Amino acid sequence: MFQYEFMINAFAAAGIVAVVSGVVGYFLVMRGQTFAGHALSHIGFAGATGAGLIGLAPLWGLIGFTLAAGIVMGLLSDRISNRDVAIGVVLSLSLGFGLLFLHYYTSFATQATALLFGNVLAVDHAMIATLAGLAVVTLGALAVIMRPLIFASLQPELAEAKGVPLRFISTAFLALVALAVAACAQIVGVLMVFTLMVGPAAAAQRLTKGLWSGLILSAAFALGEAWLGIVIAYHSDWPVSFCIAALSALVYFSALAWPTRRVEHVHTHHHAH
Amino acid sequence: MSVVTLDRATIAINGRAVLKDISFAIEPGEFIGVLGPNGAGKTTLMRSILGLLPPTSGQLKVFGETPRCGNPAIGYLPQLRTVLPDLRVRGLDYIASSLNGERWGLPSLSAADRKAIEATLDDVGARDLASRALSDMSGGERQRLLLAQALMGQPKLLLLDEPLISLDARHQEVVIDVIKTVCRERKITVLFSAHELNQLLGAIDRVLYLGNGHAELGRVDEVVTAPVLSKLYGTEIEVLRAGGHIFVLSRGRDVERDAHNHDHGHHGHAH
Repeated sequence: MFQYEFMINAFAAAGIVAVVSGVVGYFLVMRGQTFAGHALSHIGFAGATGAGLIGLAPLWGLIGFTLAAGIVMGLLSDRISNRDVAIGVVLSLSLGFGLLFLHYYTSFATQATALLFGNVLAVDHAMIATLAGLAVVTLGALAVIMRPLIFASLQPELAEAKGVPLRFISTAFLALVALAVAACAQIVGVLMVFTLMVGPAAAAQRLTKGLWSGLILSAAFALGEAWLGIVIAYHSDWPVSFCIAALSALVYFSALAWPTRRVEHVHTHHHAH
Repeated sequence: MSVVTLDRATIAINGRAVLKDISFAIEPGEFIGVLGPNGAGKTTLMRSILGLLPPTSGQLKVFGETPRCGNPAIGYLPQLRTVLPDLRVRGLDYIASSLNGERWGLPSLSAADRKAIEATLDDVGARDLASRALSDMSGGERQRLLLAQALMGQPKLLLLDEPLISLDARHQEVVIDVIKTVCRERKITVLFSAHELNQLLGAIDRVLYLGNGHAELGRVDEVVTAPVLSKLYGTEIEVLRAGGHIFVLSRGRDVERDAHNHDHGHHGHAH
């Protein structure tokens, strides 16, 4: 299958995006903000179709909208709070706007499916370069804020007392999530960003207790699911995004069923009494 | 020199004065029980001492200086309200995240840091928590982990915000005992907020009662009296002493127990 350039491109693009999604998603799960990630991708849909309407590349509309929305969401609350309803309303509105933009720009409609469900087999060299750039910026910035981000995520009250700027950290992080979502949507589409950003990270958190081991496992799961998904799609002729989503679900539910150390916990618990 | 001094200080949240014109001084090595009804300002006072909430008028001094964020001489155990249910982070990483957690860059854990964490966990009798996941710990184990974290870096002042919340009576005793022992040994000054006075009676040197914007600091027999508490609660209070216990009653109901149950129902969000 490597004799086809589009396959090589697909592996490269999916590989870059999977690692970014796995790493960013790990923190998204740790902070309990997975729904925010989901909402950002829907907002990105309006951005992408809107960009098409005014003749720009959909990716830039996607990045512009997710980034703006991520920053606004970060500024609105420095604590992770229950804003599910507000986020839900905004994401539905965004999908609505996306539909409206499609309505006025009908020739763009063929791309709508690609936006919603991804089209990794149509990735070209320019897109790979853009994705690599996004990956470098996202992972680089994440490395800079990682230490206070973990502190603020695990213990916000104490972090605040130690002088960590909670609002800045939370806003910067959501901006990075926005970039990761924009990249991820290129591979699996805006509707299925969860498969690469949340599934692998949640599975990794079930299986490890260490910070670095969890981070690495999350990226490894995402990468494995993305690449294996492409291979399965190649041999079965099923859509790539379906294969990745199926693998993501399989890994996640296997991790849930995996016997964790609860048996040992019960033992030590009784022992302590 | 006093550890914490308030001189006619008023502390307000969003323009509403929670503590009005209060003055008291806490001396080195004292174990102070901080009590009072919900919303009386127990958490607010601690946040002020941490430098997060400067007084709107009057003076607040900590170790003779204006409080500043990130003072390593202060250990802090925040009230447990954000419990992320599925967080499978082991105890070691949880505490490690707070060491220099305000610095930029990648997290790191030196061998010395790891040793220091394990030694502190030993001090509170919780060595095994280092390798256990937070989500697998009981309430008592979590509080011990947080206590160990508050003790990291050899603090001189410990602010413990409701460390007994959601613990059963036996675990409450154990936690109080550990804190008392460690702090006596290291001559650490302690502010310990709680809903019920009785468990603390054997541990505290003085009690700081907050209520109605006022504060009274003194020995238990001076402060926990009907006239003082009636003023602080803003309603008629009876104080009964029986069998080494003290019951604070309002119209025949135990106010502390009611406050405690109330808090349980709301998962401690009342503050």
